Amino acid sequence: MANIKKSPWVLHYDGSSCNGCDIEVLACLTPVYDAERLGIINTGDPMQADIFLITGGINSQNEETVRQLYEQMPRPKVVVAVGVCACTGGVFKDCYNIKGGVDTVIPVDVYVPGCAARPQAIIDGLAQGIEIFQERLDEHRAKKKNEKSAKGVSA
Amino acid sequence: MGKRSVIPYGPQHPVLPEPIHLDLVIEDERVMEAIPSIGFIHRGLESLVEKRDFNQMTYVVERTCGICSFGHGMGYCETMERIFDVEIPDRAKFLRTIWFELSRMHSHLLWLGLLADGFGFENLFYQCWRIREKVLDLQEMTCGGRVIFSVNTIGGVLKDMTSEHMQIILKTMDEIEQELKTIQKTFFEDYTVLSRLKGVGIMPKEKINELGCVGPFARASGVAVDMRKLGYAAYPMIDFEPVVSEDCDSYARCYVRLMEIYQSIDIIRQAIAKIPSETDLVTPVKGNPNGEAFVRLEQPRGEAFYYAKASGKPNLERMRVRTPTFANIAGLCEMLKNTELSDVGLLIITIDPCISCTER
Ligand code: SF4
Repeated sequence: MANIKKSPWVLHYDGSSCNGCDIEVLACLTPVYDAERLGIINTGDPMQADIFLITGGINSQNEETVRQLYEQMPRPKVVVAVGVCACTGGVFKDCYNIKGGVDTVIPVDVYVPGCAARPQAIIDGLAQGIEIFQERLDEHRAKKKNEKSAKGVSA
Repeated sequence: MGKRSVIPYGPQHPVLPEPIHLDLVIEDERVMEAIPSIGFIHRGLESLVEKRDFNQMTYVVERTCGICSFGHGMGYCETMERIFDVEIPDRAKFLRTIWFELSRMHSHLLWLGLLADGFGFENLFYQCWRIREKVLDLQEMTCGGRVIFSVNTIGGVLKDMTSEHMQIILKTMDEIEQELKTIQKTFFEDYTVLSRLKGVGIMPKEKINELGCVGPFARASGVAVDMRKLGYAAYPMIDFEPVVSEDCDSYARCYVRLMEIYQSIDIIRQAIAKIPSETDLVTPVKGNPNGEAFVRLEQPRGEAFYYAKASGKPNLERMRVRTPTFANIAGLCEMLKNTELSDVGLLIITIDPCISCTER
């Protein structure tokens, strides 16, 4: 886990996006933008993912799916919302079936604006996500350490 | 008879770029039936006509789908132009054709990549997407957006292409043609690829007609439907024939789409050669629309249908989009019957599903 910063695994889920942001997310992973040089790998398995990258807003049908995926991910975890749809609901905010951005269901750490969000912006969002991830990991470790030493004293 | 069980497939699945859920009824390793359930991306876009006026709707309709966004914007604009009964300037027609074919190229290259990813050929996937970036660069150069262009307006287009732009487009077309020839060999001749595609997912011609499938999916089974032949934009002035294959399998679908990229290159060349030099790009429309109209277009995935009804108010009364994937899902479920479970992911990809179009 020491080098996690160099290899965050990403889980991508398409909420109710128009696909514009999805294909830009995929474009990030392909040769021209090549997010893999930062060690970022796209995985299909929530249990192996560190960063949850979600495009599109939340509707009544996918709400439960998004929550489940989030809960299946091991802690610590970071959520990156890509595109204005995922940030606020975007152009579809007033549609009857859209509840709003991703933060209506799960806590979001990084918001990447744009319609469609450009690959550069998405990679930047991921890079910020990694920082947050590292902070959380450090916190978690410090807590564990404190707990251990507290136990040591009482014993 | 083997033991029957039901496997839920999706909405989140490694091979699926988009959420669709299928319940697969399997017996041993064979799929007996596939029951789709959709609605994961339903937004209710059509209902926005109550809140946005007809001009603003252009930008909303474009966001039906990010891959064929240009086509959706154009379909809506053509529908409104029919209601207003205006003829757009010739140059605008040609520009629309060029942009439309560019987006078809990027859509097909994207699909070839996803197909390669579907059968586990990572390198080929990356090659297709690398070529695709060249098309995206052209789109960015001419309209400023990579995937969502927003250059359509009711009555014409908002941006022009300079002659330098066209030179660059022509040059890039040559490059893309060369590179495609290299990867084409792998798609058409590689032993591993062929063993994954040949004879897999047979969809006979009769079934296609029965279920009303459209686009490359239908053309790969020998049904020569191509809405471009209806003659919208500048297509009547361009010489082309639909690409058709009689093989009916996954290989044929791959063949048809790959050949259509060459066809698009050819159409772009013809359009650039024939484009008239005018300065007017928009025929202005006055007042509020009144009446109803529909338009059919050939999107990269097949026939799309646009309908609008207006009653003299800024807000339309009704707007409807019927997208190609919607027509093809029935075909997909038929095709999945009696196939191997391990082929399901690949077969879903071969119809080139675009779920966000379908559910809007
Ligand atoms: S932000 Fe724009 S491009 Fe992205 S999913 Fe939403 S509408 Fe599509």
